[in-house]
Amino acid sequence: MADPTLPATAAAPGRSTSRGPTGALLGVLPFFGYTAIFLVTPTLVVVVGAFLDGSNQPTLGNISALTQPQVVSAFVNSVILSAVTAVLGAVFGGLLSYAVATGRPGGLLRRVMTAVCGVLAQFGGVTLAFAFVATVGLQGFVTIWLQKVGIDMDGSTWLFEPTRGLVLVYTYFQIPLMLIVFLPAVDGLRSQWREAAETLGGSTWDYWRHVAGPILAPSFIGALLLLFTNAFSAYATAAALVSQGSPIIPLQIGGALSSEVLLGQENVGKAMALGMVVIVAVVMTLYAVLERRTTRWLGR
Amino acid sequence: MSLQASRRRRQTLFRHVVVGVIGLFFALPMVAMLEFTTRAPGGGRSLDTWATLLDVGAVERDYPELMTGLIASAGLAVLTVAIMLLLLVPTMTWVRLRLPGLRRTVEFICLLPLTIPAIVLVVGLAPVYAWVTYFFGESSVWLCFAYVVLVLPYAYRALDAGLSAIDVRTLAEAARSLGASWFTVMWRVILPNIRTAVLLSAFLSVALVLGEFTIASLLNRDNLQVAINLLGKRDASISIAVSFAALLVAFLVLFAMSFVGNGRRARRSKES
Repeated sequence: MADPTLPATAAAPGRSTSRGPTGALLGVLPFFGYTAIFLVTPTLVVVVGAFLDGSNQPTLGNISALTQPQVVSAFVNSVILSAVTAVLGAVFGGLLSYAVATGRPGGLLRRVMTAVCGVLAQFGGVTLAFAFVATVGLQGFVTIWLQKVGIDMDGSTWLFEPTRGLVLVYTYFQIPLMLIVFLPAVDGLRSQWREAAETLGGSTWDYWRHVAGPILAPSFIGALLLLFTNAFSAYATAAALVSQGSPIIPLQIGGALSSEVLLGQENVGKAMALGMVVIVAVVMTLYAVLERRTTRWLGR
Repeated sequence: MSLQASRRRRQTLFRHVVVGVIGLFFALPMVAMLEFTTRAPGGGRSLDTWATLLDVGAVERDYPELMTGLIASAGLAVLTVAIMLLLLVPTMTWVRLRLPGLRRTVEFICLLPLTIPAIVLVVGLAPVYAWVTYFFGESSVWLCFAYVVLVLPYAYRALDAGLSAIDVRTLAEAARSLGASWFTVMWRVILPNIRTAVLLSAFLSVALVLGEFTIASLLNRDNLQVAINLLGKRDASISIAVSFAALLVAFLVLFAMSFVGNGRRARRSKES
């Protein structure tokens, strides 16, 4: 490449443009400008704001406010809810992925299932909340049906409790997400591997124990972590369902943002948001490490 | 051979059982929504809710917030896709051509929103949106700026796959040596070659925008999901009916998308 200090006439003829690297950088300016305003600034507002008090003086008060009992219990509830639904979603979604993968590659089952799962996993939110109000809410389809056979599921609060109703609703969007994330990994299993194992006298159990299991394990755990962050970050479903109190951390943040806050507590919402980011970042880092291992094995 | 045949039989049985059971779990709330919205006041069935929903005049009169939300969401979907494409396609192409050293940085920024939950982003966006309101006004359509950030990871992945499948450098150099301007390269050479990826990223963005609630709700703006949520407090039947319709439309969009994606997959598998 020609010395950039020389005039343009001396530029290498193979290059399709005569502008230097400074000119090339201009081309990416809109992108970096946009993300600086709408992605980096909000992130910094949260990170810095978590350590400022109401008059913009540095403080650790917001962080220590995280030890308030309702905040701690919201974090604990969120982690438990996310972990339980991630495991449920991963197990059932994993089974579903394998079932779909053994079907015909371009078949109707696969198309319908991936489309259904795409909708339920990513479109969900408020609409799924109402789906469950219609199902197991006070006047829900299943509630009424169960009442007819003599089972009262105490429908007034059942659906809104993080340890019961929310687990059900969250699992409903975790299973589809698992299919979307995990199906490519299951597709990576070659039928030749199975045939090789059989030729060598291996049983189905041997194949899963020594071949498919170890190959799928990193993807499975990676998907599990992704499901955890998905449930941990979810706000819409819970916001539409829970009308009293804020049992999980996204609702606490939403409450802090939309209501009048006590003096000296203005930035506690930011501290809670920072706490969420830290937890998600740790989980996502683990995910990235696993993803690298998966890529190496499945050659995707 | 018989070993394989018996395995295939077992796999088919396994598939039917698993898909059947989980499919039932998926279907139950949908059936419940249909059942709920067709209840008649005195017991029995009626299609009144759905008739109201299909009557544009009645919706406009009785549920104005639904109309506002629907229009806002439609505008948001269009604007978000437009800004996303204008921002990503030229940048990603340019980085591949001239600044390969920046590729990791751009990828990192685009995937960053995956680690920042929307509920966290909205906390930091509140002061940014004070400025947006100052410059552009309070209209809900300006949520598109935040939505572009939300769709970045998904759009980036789709477009990156599209750009990886073609030889951007050779195409661009060929066009440039024939005297094409950079605009012509982008519009008439790169874009037609990645149209499947563009379409996929647009579909994904539309689905995401139509389903977004967190940011709109907490910044006190209107969109479809906010309207559904508001309606739920007043008229459960109508909000459940709208929810069902929205899910159905989203399903149809994604189902159509599974056919669009075929061209890309075929090309990629040929390549490997």
